[in-house]
Amino acid sequence: MPFEIILFVFFALIAAVSSVVMVTRPNPVMSAIFLVINFFALAGLYLLLHAQFISVVQVIVYAGAIMVLFLFVLMLLNSKSEQKLLSGQKKIKVFAIVLAAFVFIQIAYLIFFSSPSRSLSPDVAASIKAGTVEEIGRQLYTGYILPFEAAGFLLLAATIGALVLAKKKFN
Amino acid sequence: MQNHFQEIYNVLPLVLVACGVFLSVVIEIGSVKSEKILPWFSVLVFLGTSLFSVFNLNNCGTAYNNMLSYGGNVFIFYSLFNLAAALTVLSSMEYIKKYGSYFGEYYILLLSSVLGMMLMAGARDLFMVFIGLELMSICFYVLAGINRKKQNANEASLKYFLLGSFATGFVVYGIALIFGTAHTTSLEVIVSNFGSLSHNLLFVTGMLLFLVGFSFKIAAFPFHMWVPDVYQGSATTVSGLMSTGGKAAAFSVLLIALGAVFPGNAANVFRPYFAAIAAFSMLYGSIVAISQNNLKRMLAYSSIAHAGYMAIGLAAGNRESVAGIMFYLVAYTFMNLGAFGIIAMVEGADDTNLELKDYIGLSQRHPLLSALMALFMFSLSGLPPFAGFFGKYYVFISAIKADLTWLAILGVVSSVISVYFYLRVIVYMYFKEPEPEALPVHNNANGVLAVVISAILVVMFGIFPGTLINLITSYLR
Amino acid sequence: MELLIQAGIALAKILIVITVMLLTVSYLVYFERKISAWIQNRRGPNRVGWYGALQPFADVFKLLLKEDIVPSNANKFIHSLAPFITLFVSFATYAVIPFGPDIKLFGRTIQLALADVNIGVLYVLALTSLGVYGLTFAGWSSGSKYSLLGGIRSSAQMISYEVSMGFSIAGVILLSESLRPMAIVESQYGFMWNALIQPIGFITIVVSAFAETNRLPFDLPEAEPELVGGYHTEYSSMKFAGFFLAEYANMIIASAMIVTLYLGGWQFPYIDKFGLSMGLTAGIQVLSFLLKMALVLFFFIWVRWSIPRFRYDQLMNLGWKVMFPLSLLNLIWVAALIMIFNI
Repeated sequence: MPFEIILFVFFALIAAVSSVVMVTRPNPVMSAIFLVINFFALAGLYLLLHAQFISVVQVIVYAGAIMVLFLFVLMLLNSKSEQKLLSGQKKIKVFAIVLAAFVFIQIAYLIFFSSPSRSLSPDVAASIKAGTVEEIGRQLYTGYILPFEAAGFLLLAATIGALVLAKKKFN
Repeated sequence: MQNHFQEIYNVLPLVLVACGVFLSVVIEIGSVKSEKILPWFSVLVFLGTSLFSVFNLNNCGTAYNNMLSYGGNVFIFYSLFNLAAALTVLSSMEYIKKYGSYFGEYYILLLSSVLGMMLMAGARDLFMVFIGLELMSICFYVLAGINRKKQNANEASLKYFLLGSFATGFVVYGIALIFGTAHTTSLEVIVSNFGSLSHNLLFVTGMLLFLVGFSFKIAAFPFHMWVPDVYQGSATTVSGLMSTGGKAAAFSVLLIALGAVFPGNAANVFRPYFAAIAAFSMLYGSIVAISQNNLKRMLAYSSIAHAGYMAIGLAAGNRESVAGIMFYLVAYTFMNLGAFGIIAMVEGADDTNLELKDYIGLSQRHPLLSALMALFMFSLSGLPPFAGFFGKYYVFISAIKADLTWLAILGVVSSVISVYFYLRVIVYMYFKEPEPEALPVHNNANGVLAVVISAILVVMFGIFPGTLINLITSYLR
Repeated sequence: MELLIQAGIALAKILIVITVMLLTVSYLVYFERKISAWIQNRRGPNRVGWYGALQPFADVFKLLLKEDIVPSNANKFIHSLAPFITLFVSFATYAVIPFGPDIKLFGRTIQLALADVNIGVLYVLALTSLGVYGLTFAGWSSGSKYSLLGGIRSSAQMISYEVSMGFSIAGVILLSESLRPMAIVESQYGFMWNALIQPIGFITIVVSAFAETNRLPFDLPEAEPELVGGYHTEYSSMKFAGFFLAEYANMIIASAMIVTLYLGGWQFPYIDKFGLSMGLTAGIQVLSFLLKMALVLFFFIWVRWSIPRFRYDQLMNLGWKVMFPLSLLNLIWVAALIMIFNI
C-alpha cells in the first residue's frame, strides 16, 4: 500500500510542477515539452488507478500524436515573434489566474464536499477489472456501440472537412 | 438476429443518412459525373428519410441501450431536418457554381451535418448529445467557408470555429459536472432524479454551463456575437441551413431530452435564465435589425430575435410551450429557408446584390420571386394567415398560461418592432422606382422549386395549424 | 524474502537483456558493414581483431574520445536531451518482448520476458510513437536548416507509417484476442504463423517497420545528398553515438516485434511432439526466436544495400495510398477469416 502512495505523490508532483512550468515558460517549444511530461505523469496516475488502457491511450494519442503536431507548428513558426505577442498582456494574465482559481475551487469542492458516488460498486476487484482493455472493448461494442459508431462519422466528417479547406485546386 | 434487424429498422432514418454519407463518398471518388449525380442523390436520401420518418411516427421507443429514442416527436424533427436539407440542396445547386466553389464534399458534409442533427434530436444520453453536436458543428464550420476564394467566407468559417469550439467547451464542462454529481450520463436517470439533484449546487452549475453552450448554438442574446458575421460571410444557402436546421437541432435537445423535466421543477430553477435570454434576444435582435442594409445580416439579427421568441417557450416550460416551440421551429425553418433561398438566387457572384437597395424593382424583374419574398417576410414578421403567426401565437399563449404575461407582452412589442424591417423589404421591392442598371436575376429552376415548396408549406401550416400542433401534442408524454 | 528473490530475478533478466542487446547492437553494426562489403564485393572491416571482429569496440572508443560540439545557436538543453529520449524509447521497448516460453528453474517458474503485461502491444505502440520526439527535438534544437528539415521529415514519416503499422498489428490482435505478447506468441502454435495467415499484414508491417526505423529505402530524414546528415547533422561524439545506437536498437526491436507478431515468436513448429526434455525444448525455442530475429535483421541489411531511396512524395504516397488501404484490407481479411472459420 505505501508503495502506491509513494508513486502517487511522485506522479502527482511531476504533474503539478510540470503544468506550472509549462504555463510560465516564455518559449512555446519548452512549454510543449513540459506538457508532454505532464501527460506522462497523468498516464502514470491512470496506471495507479488500474486504468491501463486509458493510460496507454493517453500516451499514444496525446503525447504521441497531438503534441507532435503541435510541435510541428511551433517549430515552423518563428517563436521569437510569438514571445512578443504574449508578453505584456497583464489583463489576460489576471483573468487567467482568476479563472484558474475558480476552477480550482470548484474541483476542490467536488472532491471534498460532493456526495460520494453511489453507482460505483464497493467491490474493488470489479472496479479494477473495469479498466482493462477487455472490459473497455466489451463496453464499447455492446452498451456504447452507437456513440462509438457516431464518433466514426464525426471523424470522417472532420477528415473530409480538413480536405476541403486544405486542398489546393479549385475546380 | 431478429431483434437486431428490428433495432436497425427502428432507427432506419439514421441508417439511411449514414449510408447516404458513405455512398456519396463513393460516388464522389468513383464517378466522373459526380457533379450531376451527387446533388440529386442527396435530395433523394433526404426526401426518402423524411418520408420514412413521417410514416413511422407511431413506432416509438428507445434503441441501443437507451442511447437513442425514435418515433414520435423525434421523427418529426428528423423529417424537419431532412426536408430542410433537401430544400437547401435544391437551392445550392446553382448557387455554389456561381462562386466557382463546387466541391463534391459540400454534399457529403451536408449529409453528415444532418446525421449530427438527427443524433442530437434522438439522444437519450449526454454522450450522444455531445457527438451529435460536434458532428453537426464541424460540418457547419467547414460549410461556412466553402466559398474558399472569398475572404469573408474564410473569416466566417474561422470565427464560427473558434466561438463554436468555445461553446462546445462549455457544453463538455457542463456534462462533466453533471456526470460528477449524477454519476451517470443517461438523460433518463438524470431527469428522474432531477428533483433531488437540483439542490446540488454543482449540478445546477453544470446544467447552466450546458445551457450556455446551447444558447450559443441557438444564437440567443449574450452569446450571439458570431451570428451576424457568420451568416453574412458563409455561403447563403449554408446560412439558411445553419439558421434553421442548426437552431432546430439545438432546440430539439433541450425539448426532447429535457422536455420530460418541464412539468416538474426544472422550469422553476432555470426559468429566470431562459426568461432573461428570451427578453434580451427578442429586443436586441429586433432593434438592431432595423439598422441593417445587408439582407443576410438583417436575417441574422432576425434569427437572434426568433431564438428569443422560442426561448419564451423554454421559460414557460409546460406542455403547450414544448408543442409551441416545435411548431414554431417548423414554421421558422420553412420561412427562413425560403427567404435565404431567394437571397441566394438574387445574389450575384462576389457578394453583389445583397443590399436592400438591390431589391428595388424586383417586382418588375421577377414577379414570382418578389411575391414569394413578400410572403416569407409577412410570415417572419408574424402576420396571419402564415405559419409564423401561429408559431408565435402558441408560444405566447403558453407563456401566459405559465404566468409569464410580461414576457408575452414583451414578445408582442418586439414583434411589432420587427414588422418595420420585414415590411421595408416589401416596400423596396414594390414601391420604389427601379434604377436602370440593376443587375439581372438569372432563372434557376431548382432554386425556384425549393422556394415554392417552402412557400407552400408556410401557407399550409398557416391555414391548417391544428393538424401539426395536435400531432405534436399527441406525442408529448 | 520472496519479494527479494523476485526483485533479484527481475534485475538479472534486465541485466541479461540489456547486455545482450548492447552487444547485439554493436555487432549488428559490424555485420552491416561486413554484409554490405560482401554485397558490394569488397572486404569490409578486417584490421582490428580476427577479420575485424573488434571493430565495434574501436568505433566506440573513437566516438568517446571525440570532441562534443554544440552549435552556438542551438538550444543546449534540448540538444542534449534529444539523444537520450531516442535511446530511452528504444531500450524501454525491450521490456515486453517475449524471447522464450515459461521455464522452470530451481522450482520456480520464470517468464522469459521482462514484463508480460496485458497491454504489451499497446505499450510498444506508445513508445514508438514517442520515438518521434527524439528526432524532432534533435532537428529543431540544432538551429540548422538541414537538421530542421530532417526532423520534420522524420516526424511526418513516422506519423504516417504508424497508422498502417497500428492496423497491421490490429489484425494480429483480432486473431489472438489478446494484447499480451506472450498470448500472441502462444496463439501461433505449429504453422499458424500470422505471416502465413495474413500475408498482406505481414507485408505492411515489414514496410512500416522500415519506415519507422528510418532505414533505407525510407531513410529520408538522413538523406545525405540532400540534408547532409539529417536530424543529427549537428551532433558529434557520444551524442551522435546515441542516435547511431538507437537506430540499430530500433532495428532489433522492429525485427523482434515482427517475429513476435507475425513469425510465431519463440515457437518452433510442433516441438512438443518431438518428446524432448523440458530444458532442451526451451533452449531450442529461445534459439529459434534468435534465429528468426537474425534472419529478419539480415533482410533489413540486405534491403538497405539493394534498393535505392524513395523520393519524399513517393514515400508519403506509398504510406497513405498503398500501405494504409492494404492494412485495412488485411483487417477485413482477418475479420472475414474469423467469421467464416470461427477461429
